[in-house]
Amino acid sequence: MLLITCPHCGPRPELEFVHGGEAHIARPAQPEALNAEEWTEYLYMRANPKGLHAERWRHLHGCARFFNALRDTTTDQFVVTYKTGEARPDLKGPAA
Amino acid sequence: MADLMTNAPSMARHVLRGRLEALLAAEGALGFALPREACRSASLNDAHALWLGPDEWLILSAPEAGLGDRLEGAMGAHPHSLVEVTDRQVGLVVSGIEAEAVLSVGCPLDLDQAAFPIGMCTRTVLSKAEIVLWRTGPETFHLEVWRSFAAYLRAFLTASAVVPVAD
Ligand SMILES: [Zn+2]
Repeated sequence: MLLITCPHCGPRPELEFVHGGEAHIARPAQPEALNAEEWTEYLYMRANPKGLHAERWRHLHGCARFFNALRDTTTDQFVVTYKTGEARPDLKGPAA
Repeated sequence: MADLMTNAPSMARHVLRGRLEALLAAEGALGFALPREACRSASLNDAHALWLGPDEWLILSAPEAGLGDRLEGAMGAHPHSLVEVTDRQVGLVVSGIEAEAVLSVGCPLDLDQAAFPIGMCTRTVLSKAEIVLWRTGPETFHLEVWRSFAAYLRAFLTASAVVPVAD
C-alpha cells in the first residue's frame, strides 16, 4: 500500500487520505471585482503538469488536517509533504 | 473468543479544540497536561486525553465526574470548541494474545509495540469504518467507534478472530 507522510502524524497508509486538488490557489481578495474570464480562471483552470505537482491532501481518517504535497504525476511518488501555510519547496522532479 | 472483545465501561466523551490559552485553562480543570506529541495520550485516574490532531483531543472520563462542566467553566472566557459526544460513539476493548493479529486483518497500521507503543492513539480505519484506536496495554486496545458502525465492527472482529492466525 502506498504510504503518505502526514506532516503531523508521519508515514500512514494511503486509504486514510483524501485528495484536495491543486495547492497554492489563493481565493481572490475581491471576488466582486473579477470579470467572468478571471473568475473562470480561478475556479476551473489548473496547471495539470507532467512531473512535480503541488497539491492539497487531507489526512481525513487521521489528524484530519489539510497539508500540501509535491507529487510526481508520472510515477505517483510523493517527493515531499509540508504543512499548510508553508511555501512550496524549491525542488526539481526526479526526471527534470 | 469470549474475552477477545468486550464493551468498554460507560464513560463521558468530549472533543476539545482550541488555542493555547483555552488549552491551558482546560489543563487546569483536567489536572494534567494535554499531550502535544502527535498520536499520544495522557491520563490521570479515570480521565484520559487522546491526541486526535494538532488542536484536537478526545477526552474520556467517568460519567459521574462532571468533567465536561468543569472544562466548560474553566475555558469559558477563551474561544474554544467543546462538544459532548458521549452517545455518538461506543467503546470496545479488544484484548488477548491475538488482539494485534485480529485488528491487523482490517487495519493497515503497523501495530507491533515498537511502532505502536502503549499510550499511542490515533484515528484510523478498521475495515470500512473509521475508529479511534488506542493501545492501553501490551495486548489490549481500546476502540472508539461511531454508534451506528458498532454492530458492523463487532461482526467484523468476530469473523476476523475465527480466521486461522499463523503463529
Ligand atoms: Zn495526520
